[in-house]
Amino acid sequence: MSTVTENNAVAATPPKPAFRINWIKLAPVLYTIGLFVLWELAVIISGLPHTVLPAPSRVFQAIVQYWSPIWKNSLQTFYTTTLGFLIAVVAGMAIGLLIGWSRAIYAGLYPIMVGFNAIPKVALVPILVIWFGIGTVPAVLTAFLISFFPIVVNVATGLATIEPETEDVLRALGAKKMDIMLKVGIPRSMPYFFGSLKVAITLAFVGSVISETVASNNGLGNMMASAQSQFNVPLVFAGLIMLAVEGIAMYALMAWLERRMTGWAHRSSMAA
Amino acid sequence: MPGRLERGDAMALVSIENVDMRYGGPEGTLAVSGLDLSIARRDFTAVVGPSGCGKSTLMKLVTGLHIPQKGAVVVAGHEVTKPVSIVGMAFQNPTMLPWRTTLDNVLLPLEIVEKHRHRLRKHKDEYVAQAEALLETVGLKGFGSKYPWQLSGGMQQRANLCRALIHEPELLMLDEPFGALDAFTREELWCVIRDLHASRDVTIVLVTHDLRESVFLADRVVVMSARPGRVVAEHPVPFERPRDLEIMYRPEFNEMVQALHGEIANARELA
Ligand SMILES: Nc1ncnc2c1ncn2[C@@H]1O[C@H](COP(=O)(O)OP(=O)(O)O)[C@@H](O)[C@H]1O
Ligand SMILES: [Mg+2]
Repeated sequence: MSTVTENNAVAATPPKPAFRINWIKLAPVLYTIGLFVLWELAVIISGLPHTVLPAPSRVFQAIVQYWSPIWKNSLQTFYTTTLGFLIAVVAGMAIGLLIGWSRAIYAGLYPIMVGFNAIPKVALVPILVIWFGIGTVPAVLTAFLISFFPIVVNVATGLATIEPETEDVLRALGAKKMDIMLKVGIPRSMPYFFGSLKVAITLAFVGSVISETVASNNGLGNMMASAQSQFNVPLVFAGLIMLAVEGIAMYALMAWLERRMTGWAHRSSMAA
Repeated sequence: MPGRLERGDAMALVSIENVDMRYGGPEGTLAVSGLDLSIARRDFTAVVGPSGCGKSTLMKLVTGLHIPQKGAVVVAGHEVTKPVSIVGMAFQNPTMLPWRTTLDNVLLPLEIVEKHRHRLRKHKDEYVAQAEALLETVGLKGFGSKYPWQLSGGMQQRANLCRALIHEPELLMLDEPFGALDAFTREELWCVIRDLHASRDVTIVLVTHDLRESVFLADRVVVMSARPGRVVAEHPVPFERPRDLEIMYRPEFNEMVQALHGEIANARELA
């Protein structure tokens, strides 16, 4: 307690102006603006036509001009991505728990999962199309397939790395496997799980956009593919910008969730 | 206490009879062999021996975490065939769960032990009061709401002791619980353990490599041989209770520590 009062005393001595700009907080905004300014300047100086590299001003013009289709397709991509992602969260959690449950299951399933993960998911899209036709379903499934692996691996890792001493203490009290999972395994794997969501949501966008590009009449992937075939390059870039906005928003949401749900892991050394 | 050293008698809370324990199949490490030990109720036994001689294995045999391939372990009149919940355990590494407050960590065994888990929700207040009283006896009054990372190593180990005691075990097993602490904190905790043993109806087995610790705390020091471990000597500790930290400056105390030291050095050479 004495250190607190000391700190206050030190902090109180130099009189500080009441208002100061927090440069660290502003930095992301400033750097983003800087990037767009540089891009704009580069286009002006190089004189590249907007069919090769449109300036940001031209891209924003395209966003305004085509707002209605952009909005509709952005919603569609957002919908397929989050749906695929949510399925991945539920399935990834369940399979992660199953794999982490016993060594035998871990030994048997892990190599299969690794092999499965090594397959480029874009190669699965044609199969999904044969089974489900083009459109929403293959996009959701591709987003799911590509994003669930990191969730599985992280949940299983959290379970597999329980300290043997902790397990001994509980087993000596008569704890069943289920008790150990509920009291230690699952809470312990939560930081790994929430950490993996950031990776998974980013991958989910990759999956849905790939599928929309090759096999859909909807979504940003499809919109960009058709804009490209019409040499409407500003619209292609407008699609990219929308994807970036959605991606950043979802990533930020996952990062916030992680901090909210597992603050203890950052304070203690366990997760380190 | 007459009959304390006799095997298989009704006084004994724990009796280990000619036990072999091998890890990892028939070709694996033989950790203990021909182990014989009997521990009377209310007794405080310290187990010392060279590193890797099977002291932790002994702990796990008594708690039922391992079942021996040969011989029998009998605790409270029953042969051990599965984990026995009349024991509390504490290890060198405090193993507090970082997402739980100290109080919730201490209450954890009650969520597991069959006798308490169904009563816990209804009688929560009663159990919380009990846990807080226990925290107070180890000098952690008011720290129940803190998280483990907010406690020092010594405080975590005190909380760890409370967790081992909350379900009122008849037998407390301590595996080098003070190994990671500095000398002053360690002595403080010796006094905590000494007072717990004096004030409660509990039998304590302490595994340690600190010979002064074993002589200061125990009624009897058991010396094990190098691996495969077995009991090579048992020494009753003659010092009267209650003991003060000052007895460690008495010549008899140091003589006993030195004699033990020599025995363990011998046990290592024979291996
Ligand atoms: N789970 C295990 N699997 C294989 N060998 C083990 C295992 N646990 C302990 N051992 C071996 O058994 C011997 C005794 O170990 P332990 O009881 O931990 O010794 P101590 O606690 O006296 O240092 C050591 O040689 C150790 O390597
Ligand atoms: Mg050991």
